[in-house]
This record gives sequence, C-alpha cells and structure tokens, in this order.
Amino acid sequence: MTEERPPTDEDRPALTQKERMAIDRVAMPEQDAAIRAVNFREVNLGLTRQIAMLEAERCLQCPKPYCIGGCPVSVNIPRFLKLLREGDLPAAADSLLDDNALPCVTGRVCPQESQCEGVCLRAKKGNAVAIGHLERFVADWAQAHPDELIHLKPKPTGRTIAIVGSGPAGLTAAGELVKLGHAVTIFEAFHAAGGVLVYGIPEFRLPKDIVQAEVDRLVADGVRIEPNSIIGKTYTLPELRTRFDAVFLAVGAGLPVFMDVPGENLKGVYSANEYLTRVNLMGAWNPGSETPVLHGQRVAVVGGGNVAMDSVRTARRLGADEAMIVYRRGRDELPARAEEVHHAEQEGIRFDLQVAPVEVLGDEKGWVRALRCIRMEPGEPDASGRARPVPIPGSEFEIPCEMVVVAIGTRSNPLLTATAPDLRVSDRGYIEIDETGMTSIDGVFAGGDIVRGAATVILAMGDGKRAAAAIDRYLGGEAPAAADVTVEAASEPA
Amino acid sequence: MHPIVARDQLSPNVTRLVVEAPRIAEIRRPGQFVIVRLGEGAERIPLTIADADPAAGTISLIIQSVGASTMDLVALQPGDAIRDVAGPLGRPTDLIDQGRAVCVGGGVGTAVVYPIAEELHRRGVSVTSVIGGRSREWVILEDELRTAGEVVVCTDDGSYGRHGFVTEALRDLCDAGPIDEVFAVGPVPMMRAVAELTRPYGIRTTASLNAIMVDGTGMCGGCRVSIDGQSRYACVDGPEFDAHAVDFASLADRLTTYRSFEQEALARHEACLIPALADRLGDPPPTTGPVAGSAAR
Ligand SMILES: Cc1cc2nc3c(=O)[nH]c(=O)nc-3n(C[C@H](O)[C@H](O)[C@H](O)COP(=O)(O)OP(=O)(O)OC[C@H]3O[C@@H](n4cnc5c(N)ncnc54)[C@H](O)[C@@H]3O)c2cc1C
Ligand SMILES: Cc1cc2nc3c(=O)[nH]c(=O)nc-3n(C[C@H](O)[C@H](O)[C@H](O)COP(=O)(O)OP(=O)(O)OC[C@H]3O[C@@H](n4cnc5c(N)ncnc54)[C@H](O)[C@@H]3O)c2cc1C
Ligand code: SF4
Ligand code: SF4
Ligand code: FES
Repeated sequence: MTEERPPTDEDRPALTQKERMAIDRVAMPEQDAAIRAVNFREVNLGLTRQIAMLEAERCLQCPKPYCIGGCPVSVNIPRFLKLLREGDLPAAADSLLDDNALPCVTGRVCPQESQCEGVCLRAKKGNAVAIGHLERFVADWAQAHPDELIHLKPKPTGRTIAIVGSGPAGLTAAGELVKLGHAVTIFEAFHAAGGVLVYGIPEFRLPKDIVQAEVDRLVADGVRIEPNSIIGKTYTLPELRTRFDAVFLAVGAGLPVFMDVPGENLKGVYSANEYLTRVNLMGAWNPGSETPVLHGQRVAVVGGGNVAMDSVRTARRLGADEAMIVYRRGRDELPARAEEVHHAEQEGIRFDLQVAPVEVLGDEKGWVRALRCIRMEPGEPDASGRARPVPIPGSEFEIPCEMVVVAIGTRSNPLLTATAPDLRVSDRGYIEIDETGMTSIDGVFAGGDIVRGAATVILAMGDGKRAAAAIDRYLGGEAPAAADVTVEAASEPA
Repeated sequence: MHPIVARDQLSPNVTRLVVEAPRIAEIRRPGQFVIVRLGEGAERIPLTIADADPAAGTISLIIQSVGASTMDLVALQPGDAIRDVAGPLGRPTDLIDQGRAVCVGGGVGTAVVYPIAEELHRRGVSVTSVIGGRSREWVILEDELRTAGEVVVCTDDGSYGRHGFVTEALRDLCDAGPIDEVFAVGPVPMMRAVAELTRPYGIRTTASLNAIMVDGTGMCGGCRVSIDGQSRYACVDGPEFDAHAVDFASLADRLTTYRSFEQEALARHEACLIPALADRLGDPPPTTGPVAGSAAR
C-alpha cells in the first residue's frame, strides 16, 4: 500500500459534538446511471479511506447507542466506527468480524434504513451515519488484508456437524463452528456455494468475487463443502443425522410462487429465480455463456421487493428499452431497499404502480406479447395493517411486452422435508424450531428463510450464529475458553 | 470430478459414457436422472441414469448429441472427467409388480425406458419393448433390452425389423391382448401419438417429459409442464406423468424457447472446433477467421 499513514487520535484533537454535527453525510460514489444501466459492474464504487474516516467522525458515540439495537446481530457499531476514525483498520475489522461473519455482504445488502441507520440518533436530525457504507469499507479492507487480521487456531474437538445449504445462514454457522474447533461439512444442492448471494443477488449489487472470497476463507479454515449434494435426494436427513453429531438445516425458501393467471406457461414468462439463476449463477450476462437467457425489448417484472428490483435492473442491463415494475401497491409501500428503488429510478426503470396482472397474452407462436392488468386502489386494512389493494372494476388495460418476470415471493421447498417424516413443519411448510433453534429431531437445528419464510441476509446470518452456539452447547457445552486458542498472527496497525 | 471410465458409440449420434459417481450408483432407481455440468462455465444438462453398477461405483449416461453442450459431452474420452454430477433427481418410476407392460422407446428415449424395462422384468412383469429409429444404424440397446423380454424393432425406412413407426407396432400389441401399462419415452410427437393411441383402449400410459431444466430441484419453475390443466414441475413432480393428462402441445412449444440461441451456439461451437481440430493434427491454428468472430455474439 502506498497510502500515507493516516492521522490518529494522538496526532489530532478530537472533534467536538458540534463539529461532528456539522459534517454532511457522505454520498456513495456510483457509476453514472446511463453507463451502468448497460453493464454488470458494481453500481456503488466504495469510499476512500479518508472519506470513510470522515464519515465515521459523524458518529456521536452515544452512551446509549440505539443503532446496535437496530441491528439484528447487534453489531457494536460505535466500537468499530471509533477504531475506523482512529485509522486502526485491523482493529476495526476484528471488531466488526467478531459480530458479523459476512460484513462485506451485509454492508451492501442490508436494508439499513429500516435497521441500524433507521434508529441512529443522527437520523432524527437529518441524516443517519452511513453505517452500511462504512461497514462495507472496513469489510472490503479486511478482505484485501487477510494477513493483518487475527487468526485463531482452535483445538479440534473431534465433533462433526453437517450443514445443509450454503446461503448466509449456512456460511455463518460454518464459520462459527470451525472457530470452535468442530469439523464442518456443508452440503449444497448447486455446483457453487453462496445460496441467494450467488444465484439471486446480481453482480452489479454484490460482486461474486466477494462471496467467493468469503467461501474460500471458510474452506481455508477447514470447512468442507460438498456441492451437488441434494439432501432429500443424494442423502436423506436421517442419514446425515446418523453420520454427524449434529445437523443445521439452512436450505432457504427457494420455491418460486407464480401468479396463477392464464398464460403463465407462455414462452417469455420466467420466475425471478429462473431468470436470475440463468443470469448470475450460470453467467448468462456474459454473451459467451453456454446458458441461454431471453433478451426482451420490453420486460414487465411483477413485484416490488428486492427480487423484483434485481430482475428489472438485470433486464435493463441485458438491453431492454422498457424495463418495468408492475406492483399492486403504491411507491411508499415498495418492500425493496430504498437504495435499490432509487437506483432503479435513476436507471430509467418504469414503475407501473397500483396495478395487478390478470393474464399473460401470447401471440400465435406461443410467445408473450402483453401483460393484461387491472388498476388497484387501497381498500380495508389487512392483517399486516396495510390497506389491501382492491381491483377497480372495468379498469383493465394491456402492457405490451415480450417478457414477464414473476417476482411475487417464494415458499419452502418440500424436497428435504418430504424425506424426513419426523421433522415438524408448519402448515406452510416452514421448519419449526424451539427457543434454542432445535427442530423436532434431536440434534437437528434449523434457521434462515426455511424457518422464517423469505426474510433478509442478516436475519439468516443471525440464525446461523445462534444455531452454532446452540449446537456447541448441545455437543457438550465446552465452548473453548480463551486458553484453548492460540493466536496465529497478531494484528498490526496498517 | 467424475472420471469417464468407458465410452462407446451406440448409433451415429448416440454415445454411452460410463461415469464414476459412487453415491448415485448406489441409490438411484429407474426413472431418475442426473444433472451434469461438464466444466466451469458449462450448461447444466439433465440426463437419465440409463444403468448403474453399484459395485464399480459407476453410472451409464446415454447421450444424443443435439446441440453444443451434448456435443462437448460426447467428445469426452476415458480418462477425461465431468466436473459436476448432481442427483439422483426426479421421482423413481412408479412400477407395477405383475401383469404385462409395453415399453416404447424412440431414439435416445430408448435409453430412458431401458432401466424401467429391466426393473419390470426383474419384478416378474412380462415386458415387450418396442424401439425405433430412422434406419438400422440408429437403433440402440436392442441386445440389452432382449435380456428383459421380447423386443420389436421398427425402422422408418424398413432397413431393419418392422417397417414403420413404433405406434403401428404398439397398435398391434394393444389389439392382441390386455396390457397393464405402457411406458413411452421419445420425441414429443411420438409420446403424444402413443398417448392418443392407448387412450381409447384405456391402458394406463406413462410418459417421461424432457422439459428444459436449470436446477432440477424445484427452485426455478422453468421445467413446468401442464398436467390436467395444472402446472407441475417435471424435475420434482416427474419426470414421468400420466401421458393422457399431459399437454404435449405446450411442452413441444416450450422446448423451442431457446432455438435461435441453440443454433447460434452450435454455429459458434462448430467454428471453434476447426482450430481445435487443427491443433490436434499439429497444424498451427488459423490466426484469422471464425475464431475471433465466434467469441462474441
Ligand atoms: C434476488 C434476491 C435479492 C435479495 N436481496 C436482498 C437484499 O438486498 N437484502 C437482504 O437482506 N436480503 C435480500 N434477499 C433475501 C435474502 O437473500 C435471503 O433472506 C437469504 O439469502 C436467506 O438465507 P438462507 O441462508 O436462509 O438461504 P439461501 O440463501 O436461500 O440459501 C439456501 C441454500 O441451500 C441450498 N439448498 C436448498 N435445498 C437444499 C437441499 N435439499 N440440499 C442441499 N442444499 C439445499 C440452496 O441451493 C441454497 O444455496 C434477496 C433475495 C433474493 C432472491
Ligand atoms: C429428465 C430428462 C432426462 C433426459 N435424459 C436424456 C438422456 O438420457 N439422453 C439424452 O441424450 N438426452 C436426455 N435429455 C435431453 C437433454 O437434456 C437435452 O438434449 C440437452 O439438454 C440438450 O443440450 P444441448 O446444449 O446439447 O442442446 P441445445 O442446443 O440446448 O438443444 C438442441 C435441441 O435439443 C432441444 N432441447 C434443449 N433442451 C432440451 C431438453 N432439456 N430436453 C429435450 N430437448 C431439449 C432443443 O429444443 C433443440 O432442438 C433429458 C432431458 C430431461 C429433462
Ligand atoms: S449488519 Fe446490517 S443492520 Fe447490522 S450494522 Fe451492519 S448494515 Fe447495519
Ligand atoms: S446511534 Fe448513530 S450516532 Fe449514535 S452511536 Fe450509533 S451510529 Fe453513532
Ligand atoms: S428444473 Fe428448476 S424447477 Fe425444475
């Protein structure tokens, strides 16, 4: 690194609260909207060290840090921000990684505005501290400087654990369990590890190299990954239970939900899962790929969440002149991260709001030619307290398009549960757990979307972390004391 | 990595690869398939497990080269390896235990009915296999199927066996006596014709649907087929379904989704083969020409 040694607290007087309050929130540098709308490179370019340190100065180091309570895994935000602003990146990274196994992912994909940043004291008067951007900065630094982090080499316990699924829940649990000295094997149905992080969330939002580096780090720490292993097919859950001392199920909620309207089997109708898997995991965004994907000039994406935003922005990048969101509620109710909606708008995505599809119309050759919709208006509040959208009679109209991508949700996949009759599931197919995270089968734990229904990366990671602790206790509760671990490489200031 | 241990050519465009996959060899059942991915960046291709040898830890894949990916697969030689083999996928065939069954195989579909015929025979069901091809050299697995019962071979040009389509031979069998079940696997028009033929006889008929797949585990919905007006996933609910309930027109139509891409991929592939071939022959690959052009689409 050619960077100059940044100033530390010793060199410079601390800012007063008033001075901190005077600093404006950093704006994340982005690729220009017109340029990025036709490439798959990451939209956010990342902060420089100087700017990150300045943004960290905005944190008031509240005696009662609300931000921590807003984070589902209770990242000690003021602690890592203090270390960051002091320029002690190795210590900031160690602090962050202690709380959060995949900060390079969450810094990019957490809905910060409704979590840590939403309750940050500074949000009350203006703008919250850009916790997500800073988390990403420190995490990327850590990924680029692995030798400067603390590596613990635990004593092997001789206990074996099978983890099913390599999404954020599975990866987090694996990381925690190897840290404790257990032997961990991850079984993954796909040929690559990462779950939604590799097949769902696109390159322009979460570069795949970053996920791969995290997976490589786990493998270097001793986690075994068995790809192409579908539990319920290649092995059954009862088999795993007898082969391993404990099992953690983190299979996600991967089954696509369709709209159940006529014309859904026409050519040009995709589930978001299929569309995004073809483009991301199978690399169809690259013109040389062997896996085909359809390219429409006009693409209608049904839904308003992150999955819909990812699909519509992908369609735009694959050349759609008109890439549209079709959503049955209003703009304020879009469930997607605020940043994604904002980026989508900048990229020229059209929003057809308060509209619901009633039929997919095809041409004589079986290809989609339009999406027939009906306008909606807010009706009585539903169970969630939001107004239930109701159709306005006689308001049907057609949206001409060659492709429809359905992104209205996912549900649990019965593949695994069908071969494990003793595993208790809810009537919607989600696995039921007790307060320790254990399922109805002794020694089998579960977490992430397969327990919660489609949720978020950070919640899945929180489940992975809790399950790892519960598994450790289940296996004898001998979580190694500090004396049992040896420090391999001590941290040195950059 | 899954090494190829043997390879043989069954017909001008059908190749058998015996592949190491011990776990799958041990537990697979007739009707199930695997998804293979030849190497980094390659497509995921569903292929029926035509046979397995649990002792040797191998499975047999019988592959018709129809496009770029299958051409790459059949070009493998013993000692080469397939990077990913996932399975066994799909529901095993729901097999009868007694009576009489007819297994109809068209083209590479014969590879799919073979494990079914074999297992039916083992269970004591009387099996007749009706297999077809354009002409003699396109008929595959005749000897293997003879170990499971009677075999009627049909060729379109009459160069071998009976002259005509498999459906004509099947009609005679239906007329000749009671049949408990018909299994039909082959090109969509053939399966549809078999379904129409057996319908008036009221014979239970099962077809194996070759929908386009990505994951094979129910997560993409790309393989959806219409059964009795309901959407079902061929990879997890099938691949076998009641042939009388299948909407074959929709299946045939969906199979054309990527036709223009496939043709381009094939053209690119053939252009790439020229320098590769020249390389093998020791000639320097051409410095200009189709290579650069074929890299971009
Ligand atoms: C397109 C998209 C965008 C999203 N964007 C965001 C976002 O911006 N922010 C956010 O917080 N959340 C987002 N989410 C939600 C988030 O990704 C999920 O909540 C999270 O990934 C769930 O993690 P998980 O570990 O429970 O499961 P998953 O990530 O779904 O991983 C499950 C893994 O298990 C494997 N598996 C399944 N069944 C089996 C089996 N039988 N045997 C072996 N392996 C199996 C799967 O192949 C998969 O790899 C998004 C989701 C999608 C689809
Ligand atoms: C459950 C299942 C089992 C199968 N078993 C076998 C088998 O044992 N042996 C075998 O040779 N093939 C089998 N297939 C078909 C095989 O998967 C396809 O031929 C292959 O994917 C084509 O890939 P390609 O890139 O070489 O050709 P492409 O260039 O993709 O396609 C070439 C031609 O094949 C058609 N095609 C594309 N994908 C499929 C598909 N999934 N099924 C049928 N036709 C397709 C196209 O419409 C086109 O006409 C099976 C398919 C399924 C779904
Ligand atoms: S993990 Fe997510 S919620 Fe927690 S601090 Fe980081 S960005 Fe905020
Ligand atoms: S609430 Fe905001 S200002 Fe207060 S400690 Fe947390 S990040 Fe800093
Ligand atoms: S192949 Fe994806 S659901 Fe069947």
